[in-house]
Amino acid sequence: MKKLAIAVALGLTMSAVSLQLLASPVKVGMITTLTGGGASLGIDIRDGFMLAVKQAGNADLSVVVEDDARKPPLAVQIADKMIQREKVDILTGIVWSNLAMAVVPSAVAQGKFYLSPNAGPSALAGKRCHKNYFNVAWQNDNLHEAMGSYASNEGFTKPYILAPNYPAGKDALVGFKRMFKGEASGEIYTKLGQKDYAAEIAQIRASGADSIYFFLPGGMGISFMKQLTQSGIKLPVMGPAFSFDQGILKAVGKAALGVKNSSQWSKDIDNVANQAFVKSFNSEYGRLPSLYASQGFDTANLILSAMKTADVKDADAFRTALLAANFDSVRGDFKFNANQHPIQNIYVREVIEENGILTNKIVATALENHGNVYASECSL
Amino acid sequence: MANLTIEHKLNIFLVLLLLVLPAIALILDEPFYITLATKVVILALAGVGLNLALGLGGLGSFGHAAFFGIGGYIAGILASHSLNAELMFSVLGVEFDGTTNMLLIWPLALLVSALVAVFIGYFSLRTKGVYFIMITLAFAQMIYYFAIAWPAYGGEDGLSIYVRNQFLGLNTLDPIIFYGICFSLLMSVLLLVWRLKNSHFGSALQAARQNEQRLAAVGIPPFGIKLTAFVISAMITALAGALFADLNRFVSPDMLSWHTSGEIMIFVILGGVGRLFGPVVGAGLFILFEYFLGGLTEHWALFLGIVLLAVVLFARGGLVGLIAGEVKHD
Amino acid sequence: MTAILLLEQLLNGLQFAMMLFLMSAGLTLVFGVMGLINLAHGVLYMVGAFACAIIAGLTGSFWLGLLASLVAAAMAGALVEVGVIRKLYRRDHLDQVLATYALILIFSGGTRWLFGAFPLYLDVPQILSTPVNLFGLLDYSSYRLFIIAVGIAVALGLYFLIARTRLGMRIRAGKSDREMIAALGVDIRTLYTLVFALGAALAGLAGALLGALQSVEVGMGDSVLILAFVVIVIGGIGSIKGAFIGALLVGLVDTMGRFLLPYLFALVLPPDSAASIGGALSSVAIYILMAVILIVKPKGLIAANG
Repeated sequence: MKKLAIAVALGLTMSAVSLQLLASPVKVGMITTLTGGGASLGIDIRDGFMLAVKQAGNADLSVVVEDDARKPPLAVQIADKMIQREKVDILTGIVWSNLAMAVVPSAVAQGKFYLSPNAGPSALAGKRCHKNYFNVAWQNDNLHEAMGSYASNEGFTKPYILAPNYPAGKDALVGFKRMFKGEASGEIYTKLGQKDYAAEIAQIRASGADSIYFFLPGGMGISFMKQLTQSGIKLPVMGPAFSFDQGILKAVGKAALGVKNSSQWSKDIDNVANQAFVKSFNSEYGRLPSLYASQGFDTANLILSAMKTADVKDADAFRTALLAANFDSVRGDFKFNANQHPIQNIYVREVIEENGILTNKIVATALENHGNVYASECSL
Repeated sequence: MANLTIEHKLNIFLVLLLLVLPAIALILDEPFYITLATKVVILALAGVGLNLALGLGGLGSFGHAAFFGIGGYIAGILASHSLNAELMFSVLGVEFDGTTNMLLIWPLALLVSALVAVFIGYFSLRTKGVYFIMITLAFAQMIYYFAIAWPAYGGEDGLSIYVRNQFLGLNTLDPIIFYGICFSLLMSVLLLVWRLKNSHFGSALQAARQNEQRLAAVGIPPFGIKLTAFVISAMITALAGALFADLNRFVSPDMLSWHTSGEIMIFVILGGVGRLFGPVVGAGLFILFEYFLGGLTEHWALFLGIVLLAVVLFARGGLVGLIAGEVKHD
Repeated sequence: MTAILLLEQLLNGLQFAMMLFLMSAGLTLVFGVMGLINLAHGVLYMVGAFACAIIAGLTGSFWLGLLASLVAAAMAGALVEVGVIRKLYRRDHLDQVLATYALILIFSGGTRWLFGAFPLYLDVPQILSTPVNLFGLLDYSSYRLFIIAVGIAVALGLYFLIARTRLGMRIRAGKSDREMIAALGVDIRTLYTLVFALGAALAGLAGALLGALQSVEVGMGDSVLILAFVVIVIGGIGSIKGAFIGALLVGLVDTMGRFLLPYLFALVLPPDSAASIGGALSSVAIYILMAVILIVKPKGLIAANG
């Protein structure tokens, strides 16, 4: 009886302690691209993230945001400042793989958490995975793998594939070919930042391909699509979501209609969280959310969910709470793989016109509960 | 003391500032400001390198990012091989390993950059003025695109060093110690450049800028003088690049891009072309503006542009020129 | 590889060259006449594209947009010349570099502030949106043919302007001797503003024409600026003819390099490394071209000012 009383008393004290600990505030540092080329991606991530923060109304969560202008050394400088001066607990926000590679390894080595709302370079998924690094979006290969699988299922046998000549571009084509059964009719690596694709389009025309798969993020993709339409080539076009997402579709214009693109999220995914998100994002910012906004939103909700059960100062407990991913993701089922990257469905969407606005609707599920091939190289 | 010009006093003041400010940051326990000061010192060093070519020799190189990046990549590549315990390459049975020792990294960075600079300089120095600006840019762009596409060391993604390289057993991850290393190097190089400027070589170089024919007439070939200056200038910038890689614990092709060449040139012009401490002032102000404006507004680039424009319109000869007046020939 | 594909690629190279010519004509004029290195030239390209996209968006007419691009870029050019550039003519080239770099930051930052970071929409006009059949051999984009035509028309127009008109005579005089022309009673300030606005208008036109094929966004002028410098340096600074030849060389070498180099490597290498190495080498083809030309002819192909 006495023992029980002690146990109860102890338990009470402990829960009192942990309740008190739970109140310790969480400071998030967001480094993202707000100016220069590709700024729209960072703005969407930030807006999605801040929407979730606002909706939660949790006074214990504070966020500082800074612009990296897509320059790696500036991102490193801001990370140093946020860690050393602002004493943030969690870093997030980076859009580009090369900036992530500059910031993430040293940030996690200093005991900070990093939650990636976009970039997922293979180096951080495999050998260099880290217990403090979580990816809430995708591993870089994922969307390309999905499209490769879809292209096979649709009966395409001779796709022409192209991507910029840099690591993410090579990962893209390797990812596509990994899941595609057959041979590409041709592949080209273009110059990074290239805006004129006349030479490549002429080759596609001459190649006898039955379809086109391209990964050309940002302005490169807009240029490619416009010029492809101009050329009169009428082959089916496929790509990852990046060139056909909400923020960019308006600039691509009707050239994009009918294009199939792979994405882990779409605004027509039918779950309560997603419908509420699309509605509130639209009323808050006056535009439809993009893929990037959904990733920012999920990242913030993941942090908020972990704050409910663990204290950020207790790194191991907080890590466990993050890993549980106990939040309502707008993309539906979401859990973490062993290397702390998502296991999720990847859909194929088609670009349609809806009430005069170009947008996407899901037409197929390309991969179900898909992880990534690098998990086996990760020692976590 | 009476013989000191305003510029001398300014230089002494700057050295004191670079000593005192980090010390204050250390006392206030604000390590970030030490890191920021380190960045200023390293970028100033890169500028000092360019200033030797640009200020003394009149060689407006728009390709110094090549040397900055080469220095960075030497540090990054050596460190990554050492950290992964991989063999780098072997020649005739002699095996070369990577290293994390700065005292080995620096000489190698200097050597490689010197070789590349001899090559680039040999061809580029046949041109003058804007043509020289553009041909140096062309060579730098070739290296830049090569680095983006070359997969062995990360391509566009860059290469992480993870921990700082070693220097005489000191804890280089401690901001103030790394600052001390960089500061000492900057001071040594400034001393060297000052000696060079006042040497026969320095006079010949300035003569080569002003009047090549006259220099050739007294039996000194201007080409050799200019090439030497270009190579030394490249080596200094490469040393800065190696330090920059260690500061960020990361190198990427961004260090090789024409934006970087442009920024190094901006430091020099902003501070004052040909002034010994010009790049220190230029880099310092540029970084401070970038930092403070970046913290205030996401439209910081706009305001940075306005500040730079104001400086160039109202301060002839850069900021050092504004404070110290016209160059005195001593 | 077929002869038809080769022909199509030659047309592509020609179209790229004409775009480069529009960009570099103004740059080389401003350098030749006023001795000014203008890094902000790429910004005027962006201004043209934005003006075209906005006006075309409001009115639904691409042609009005094109007109707006000329007007907006010329006005922006004149404004910048009077407000800032005028103070820089007597300065060192390096001061000009810093000042015009500052102008890039100001214009890009301002545009970002006014119009946001999302790319704007601009499409080719309806009448030029479908390809035409050439000689029964191939379908080719009519819009690209239109750009080629505009480029050639501008080249002829500039030739006429400089060789045959009073303004052209003054420009030629201004190139060779600034004091002389002032002594002749020509209002040199107005002449300079006019030349600068003309160059700006051409850059704006290039931006609008290309904006319909590419993405209209902040920073779009940066990479074009570097290319334009490559062109005028190859051609010889200050020479319109040089800019035309330089543009043709750069346009053709770049397009054919992107097309042929992977082909050549594919003969000896497996396909994915051929694509990768060929791609890498074609990225630098124009820089190799420029370096070689400058090594052989240190003042460019056509040395304008002796």
